[in-house]
Amino acid sequence: MKYQTVIGLEVHLQLNTKTKAFCGCSTDFGKAPNSNVCPVCLGFPGALPVYNHQALNSAIKLALAFGCQIQEHTKFDRKNYFYPDLPKNYQISQFDLPLSRNGYLDIYSQDKPKRIGITRVHLEEDAGKLIHETGVSLVDFNRTGIPLLEIVSEPDLFSPQEAFDYLTSLKSIIEYLDVSDCDMEKGSLRCDANISLRLEGAKELGVKTELKNMNSFKGVKDALTFEVERQTLLLEANQKLVQETRLWDVEKGVTVAMRTKEGAKDYRYFPDPDLTVFIIDASIISQIKAQLPELPPEKMRRFVKEYGLTEYDAKILVSSKNDAEFSESCIRDYPGKDKKELVNWLIGPLLSEANFRKIKLHELNLNKNELISLIGFVERQDISHLSAKSVLSQLLDTGKSARDLIEEGNLKQISNAEALLEVMETVIQENAKSVSDFKAGKTNALMYLVGQVMKKSSGKANPKVVGELIRRRLTDA
Amino acid sequence: MSIDKETIKHVAHLARIELQPNELDKLSGELDEILGFIDKLKYLNLEQVKPASHILPINNVLREDEPHVSLTSEKALENAPSKQGNFFSVPKIIE
Ligand SMILES: [Zn+2]
Repeated sequence: MKYQTVIGLEVHLQLNTKTKAFCGCSTDFGKAPNSNVCPVCLGFPGALPVYNHQALNSAIKLALAFGCQIQEHTKFDRKNYFYPDLPKNYQISQFDLPLSRNGYLDIYSQDKPKRIGITRVHLEEDAGKLIHETGVSLVDFNRTGIPLLEIVSEPDLFSPQEAFDYLTSLKSIIEYLDVSDCDMEKGSLRCDANISLRLEGAKELGVKTELKNMNSFKGVKDALTFEVERQTLLLEANQKLVQETRLWDVEKGVTVAMRTKEGAKDYRYFPDPDLTVFIIDASIISQIKAQLPELPPEKMRRFVKEYGLTEYDAKILVSSKNDAEFSESCIRDYPGKDKKELVNWLIGPLLSEANFRKIKLHELNLNKNELISLIGFVERQDISHLSAKSVLSQLLDTGKSARDLIEEGNLKQISNAEALLEVMETVIQENAKSVSDFKAGKTNALMYLVGQVMKKSSGKANPKVVGELIRRRLTDA
Repeated sequence: MSIDKETIKHVAHLARIELQPNELDKLSGELDEILGFIDKLKYLNLEQVKPASHILPINNVLREDEPHVSLTSEKALENAPSKQGNFFSVPKIIE
């Protein structure tokens, strides 16, 4: 590769507080337009904003979870611009004294660990929502003033896949903290990307493009992939890139330059005189630190240590907080020290069932004791693995017990040699060619004969037992 | 420090206000005076003074996360120059 891709991401996260950042209006989603509004969030003259205590706590919690240094002295600034979704004509944000700086997020990309720097996490407020119709734009201010965090990464991401993995890890940690819904479709998590290309080995960054309008993690990855190709083509044709903002068009799968009238943005930031400064001392920080839950990386390490899981398995199980808790309760109740079989069921058949039903692992209608009982039947070779998977599916549909389902389905394997002998003799007689092949040393022929016995016994014969019986019968003779 | 007319025009545009030619002259003089006044800070000895972003010696003013009663949408839209249903309406904005 001739060029290196350099990506930085800017995530805007709505906090899940009950009320807005600076007023007591509800943050409920989906309410009638302009019904969650008041003089403060509509920017009426004389209204005074006061910041939400819970929003500040959530913000500090999140910043600490990403290893950020909380700034002792922080304040709000006004970012001035005109747009119909912004009733005050300024957004309350943070400029030179942000809440926190210098954090990091450890990601796994292509199975390799990588540390991505987080430049800053700062406080701001959301804007309203615009609906464009013919000749007119409609404005709903219900979203205006919902507390937002802006999480800015360092340009440490070197591929669209890494950007995708960063977002996935970020979301996983935020879900653990329970400070946001993290729902990109509802707009509670939004992501803009800065991307530039530079010659392999170059120190200076290339001309960057800012990408907007992606509404899923996959959209971010697709837009970045498109941009890598577009910029590569231009650079290879010796064309100059211009610094610009481009919008992702998900239908056409392309980025399109945004039409802007003004040149460089001139936001004229200044401290908001309506809001006092915040002094965040060590006691506030240690109090919030004590509330931090066990986060995915620590949980993963603990699963490996305590239950002997592989890193790969543990990583899958910890990616969602509720799934991790469900899995751990299964692991605890599963008899014996070796948990591998259970874990295989969790990340194999169980996860497929959950994906198939478009729900999360912990949302499956499943009693963990029934799962453990089902695995027991397989372990004792009472039923085949294949039958067990179909029992699992029925367990989830009917809520019946594993034992009842196995009996109803007459699924018990025949491991009893006498019951199998008759079938085996028939198969041996009907397949003289395979028998002589096996005797001539072709081991594959044995597999074929086992398959025939399985077929004749409607899949209930225990393949291991059958294999052993046929081998003995043919070698002894 | 002197403010030229182009700067005044630029600032007026950013603030979305329209100025007549005579107002441009008047304002450039007035802004010069204001900035001159602020420039006095340069001649003061401020070594012992900590930077401040707020004039009042108070901090950490916060409210609890409790909902209040919002306006009804009728009330919110009462003074809107233009509306459509429960929405404020504005000339079409194209990004
Ligand atoms: Zn409000």
